[in-house]
Amino acid sequence: MAKRTRATKSKTQGDDETPIGFKTGDSVALFVTCLVDMFRPSVGFAAVKLVESRGGEVAVPRAQTCCGQPAFNSGDRDTARDIAKQVIAAFERYDHVVVPSGSCGGMIKKHYPELLADDPQWAPRADALSAKTHELVSFLYDVTGMTECHETFEGSVTYHDSCSGLRELAIKRQPRRLLESAGVNIVEMKDSEVCCGFGGTFCVKYPDISNTMVGKKTGNIAATGAGTLLAGDLGCLMNMAGKLRREGIDIEVRHVAEILAGMTDEPPIAGSHEDHDGGL
Amino acid sequence: MEITSPSFKDNARQAMADADLQRALGNVEKGFIEKRAKVVAKLPEFEDLRDSARDIKNHTLAHLDLYLEHYEKKVTEAGGKVHWAADAEEARKAILDICKSVGAKRVTKGKSMISEEIALNAAMEASGMEVVETDLGEYIIQLRGEHPSHIIAPAVHVNKDQVEADFRRVHSQLPPERNLDAPESLLAEARGILREKFLSADVGITGANFLIAETGTSIIVTNEGNGDLTQILPRIHIVIASLEKIVPTLEDVSQILRVLARSATGQEFSVYTTLSTGPKRAEDPDGPEEYHVVLLDNGRSSMIGTEFQDMLRCIRCGACMNHCPVYHAVGGHAYGWVYPGPMGSVLTPSLIGVEKGGQLPNASTFCGRCESVCPMRIPLPKMMRHWREREFERHLSPSAVRWGLGAWAYAAKRPKFYQLVTRIGALALNLASRNKGALRWWPLAGGWTKYRDLPAPQGKTFQQMWADKQKGARS
Repeated sequence: MAKRTRATKSKTQGDDETPIGFKTGDSVALFVTCLVDMFRPSVGFAAVKLVESRGGEVAVPRAQTCCGQPAFNSGDRDTARDIAKQVIAAFERYDHVVVPSGSCGGMIKKHYPELLADDPQWAPRADALSAKTHELVSFLYDVTGMTECHETFEGSVTYHDSCSGLRELAIKRQPRRLLESAGVNIVEMKDSEVCCGFGGTFCVKYPDISNTMVGKKTGNIAATGAGTLLAGDLGCLMNMAGKLRREGIDIEVRHVAEILAGMTDEPPIAGSHEDHDGGL
Repeated sequence: MEITSPSFKDNARQAMADADLQRALGNVEKGFIEKRAKVVAKLPEFEDLRDSARDIKNHTLAHLDLYLEHYEKKVTEAGGKVHWAADAEEARKAILDICKSVGAKRVTKGKSMISEEIALNAAMEASGMEVVETDLGEYIIQLRGEHPSHIIAPAVHVNKDQVEADFRRVHSQLPPERNLDAPESLLAEARGILREKFLSADVGITGANFLIAETGTSIIVTNEGNGDLTQILPRIHIVIASLEKIVPTLEDVSQILRVLARSATGQEFSVYTTLSTGPKRAEDPDGPEEYHVVLLDNGRSSMIGTEFQDMLRCIRCGACMNHCPVYHAVGGHAYGWVYPGPMGSVLTPSLIGVEKGGQLPNASTFCGRCESVCPMRIPLPKMMRHWREREFERHLSPSAVRWGLGAWAYAAKRPKFYQLVTRIGALALNLASRNKGALRWWPLAGGWTKYRDLPAPQGKTFQQMWADKQKGARS
């Protein structure tokens, strides 16, 4: 049952200079992201549950595939533009667009306007979409004013700050505040703000360097002694989870939305599945 | 110097297998970052100063011709001479001609990356001159026959015990039983050796951190004082600088200096900030008799007006590489030419061509940490992406990448087809994982599975499950 929430001016330095506000019944389109769609739909359902808990009416436009970053970051601007237009056309009719990824969220919010800046027809549409697009946790905290998570999760967690979310969208305190309100004990790892080495196509174009980077990361993760690793981007999570598995380090890896939504019944991305009291 | 940037991947592999290098690189990750963070935190206006520094350089670059001409006029008025060099060849020739004009035998040098860029030492040695690097780091790598691996800490790839071994090997005139355990003892030994070189040099060559248009002044920023001895003691002082080092006024430079040392070494100010204007005047007690400035272009003016112009704001503080996880992994030499790290990944293709330097802007995760610390707010990841665009336009990207991207783009632009393909893909990967949650190998995913498992999809795609759910709700 949706609670009544009022649009409040953001109390935080979120990804918005001027929060556009939110009210119960607003339409919220979920940009699932290609990785969540294919590898971990449960993150998408966690996002739906969280947005609905704030009173949003969730829609999932069919005409979505990917945000276009693989093309954009490979220098193929034409393809990136085509995909950006496809996303804009499919999503612009909704009040808000929510993305369970700082990377894809940053692409829509920061790079679509840049890509289409010289196109008089599309530039205003890209700007408009940018203004109402939010990474999931930032949306919950900064836009809907969610400060309390009603789920509980026992156990210690370490949180990796994915680069795009951190540096393009200023996502740092929002997930921590919400996790703490759920009773989570956060043990900060060394260098939580340093890249895990995923970098989209980077990890397969430069596998050796990527491996060195993720090896440092898993060392820092393991050193915390935390039972669970969380982050807000599935790409980074799959990279770190894949490395932890290969190294035989048993740490449960999950997307932060799964904890916030209390959806920990699905097996984690890596690590043996422990039953956390109150997880459901 | 030989360009090995095209074999960046091999260079990187070797660097990551080099235990000594990896030991030395640990210092970059710790020292520089912590020191910068501390000193920046103490200056509330630091972010405003970054804006101001950026604006000063943007203004300068917009009027570069004007300021350069004024600078030359002021240098000439002060009794100095400006030598315009379009490329490395012209710069080397200008310097060699000056040295030959006074029959120079010994030349001392302060730290200069431009001298590396034009491969000056080799040219001077080939002309029969003795070249002595006087910056401690540069001195160490000169002994080792190496090039700088970092733009402000040229020997950051060398460990103390390696330096001791080099000193014992080269300084064979000193007693072998001497104790060199303390880093200070190495410093004292180098200082003793260099003192005699300073006093006997015919020509001193320094770089410049800034050139001031208003006064015709060159500025060097150092911590060892070697630069001062290099430029004051010999009869001739040659400044070698690239043309984007120009700043309009002393007032402007005093603002940029406030971000330079903080970003570079985490100092509030470097130990020495030395201003030189022309040769010794009649009333001066000391100073060089001749003062020359060799002003190098080497491709920089062609960056003006392009998407790479912002790179010319760079003040060479090294903060980008100090914070770069790729630099931390592979060190500076792997980049294969003069400039490493994020600034090198943008500048190198500009100066040697994207055909040779194209690997560098590709070897980035776009984590953005470099841009977040750049005192001049240079959008480094964005410019690396621009290089990838130039490569893509010119069909320089590897064919496997182009083919893969093309196939992916075909599907990504056709949502229905895409959803069919991802359904099949998710199911296939899920079945192949045989309920183990991950795969250790998958065709064409070797780059991933060589070092990590591939977490398996849950089975159905989100779109598929969502559609099922909607259908269920309707029925």
